[in-house]
Amino acid sequence: MAGLGTKPVDTNHPEFEKAVKGVKDKISKLLGIKGTKSVDYFHKKLGKIMWNDCGMARTAEGLTRAKAEIKALRAEFWKDVKVLGENEELNQSLEKAHRVADFLELGELMVDDALNRNESCGGHFREEYQTPEGEALRDDENFAYVAAWKYQGDEQEELLEKEPLVFENVKLTQRSYK
Amino acid sequence: MKLTLKVWRQKNNADKGGFVSYPIDGISTDMSFLEMLDVLNEELTEKGEDPVHFDHDCREGICGMCSLYINGKPHGPQQTTTCQLHMRSFSDGDTITIEPWRAAAFPVVKDLVVDRSAFDRIIQSGGYVSVNTGGVPDANEIPIPKTIADEAFDAATCIGCGACVAACKNASAMLFTSAKISQLAMLPQGKVERKARAEKMIAQMDAEGFGACTNTGACSAECPKGISLTNIARMNREYFSAVLSSENV
Repeated sequence: MAGLGTKPVDTNHPEFEKAVKGVKDKISKLLGIKGTKSVDYFHKKLGKIMWNDCGMARTAEGLTRAKAEIKALRAEFWKDVKVLGENEELNQSLEKAHRVADFLELGELMVDDALNRNESCGGHFREEYQTPEGEALRDDENFAYVAAWKYQGDEQEELLEKEPLVFENVKLTQRSYK
Repeated sequence: MKLTLKVWRQKNNADKGGFVSYPIDGISTDMSFLEMLDVLNEELTEKGEDPVHFDHDCREGICGMCSLYINGKPHGPQQTTTCQLHMRSFSDGDTITIEPWRAAAFPVVKDLVVDRSAFDRIIQSGGYVSVNTGGVPDANEIPIPKTIADEAFDAATCIGCGACVAACKNASAMLFTSAKISQLAMLPQGKVERKARAEKMIAQMDAEGFGACTNTGACSAECPKGISLTNIARMNREYFSAVLSSENV
């Protein structure tokens, strides 16, 4: 960053114009929907779905239900959200609307990731994969990777890119508190 | 509980602004003050009215963002931040007056939101230690008496909320500026630049349009972190000795 200097950066670039237009379009869209439900309404509904079905203990059944509910809630958001005020003044409702739009996208991604990982590992506990004592049961043969999800577009499903975890000096074992 | 909220509404900096009364009901004594305002804002949004704008962030009492002047006291009746003020501090049927921080150096942006970048500029003018990053020496290489370390830490707990300015009848920023100057002047790494720091930060503080200090002490009494008035005395000493041996002649 020190090498950037203090001269203004030239903004004559098609990618820059595309980005500015994208942001302006999103702002106009959010302000233009003029629906019946507040941003907080959607935030709280999403929170309940995530808490119930993508929380500390997850099941395939719950996650599948959550995915459908989030998809429906997201569609409802873009048709019925009410964002008051204008763009030209400080507008906290507009700020919140942007955040909740992001959370709806991120929530669905978290559910997809949890559904994909058919093991229990760390903070991800799938009830179907546990030891007889109720501890997390990993499946290192099939799931020793970091799941990096690639954005493919707003209405597209994201693409899974596996980053394999290879341990050279450590042997993977079952954690025991005994 | 049922309450009447007298809230300062101001469309933007150019707008004159004024108080609007909002009756509100169904407020639990367990709610925080800001949760109560969230309830009000949901009701206003439902009716199609612009919600009340106010600053908040962590809602845990540590970030320094929330800044409401409640019933004539910054952060309200308890010596805590607005976000940690709960509705059990009020009674059923109360009228609560809610205003932004009032100071020429903190222009109102909208409703209860004020521009506190004056504080940022004071810190930028010298509230730091200049270090060329590279190998970091062991922290215990330079011995510091525990009493000094504790006092510096106490001064460092300032969260920069600006309640001191709001409490002061002169809108002085002495407590905020002195907390930073003290924190750094007491420690070995900060001592090196203490003279220049005192001169520059106080010059910036004055340039921002904050008022002068008359040792009233309202600032320290209202401070949610209990920053001590001793810091102001310490800063005055720092400034006096800096000016006496100043390189700016």
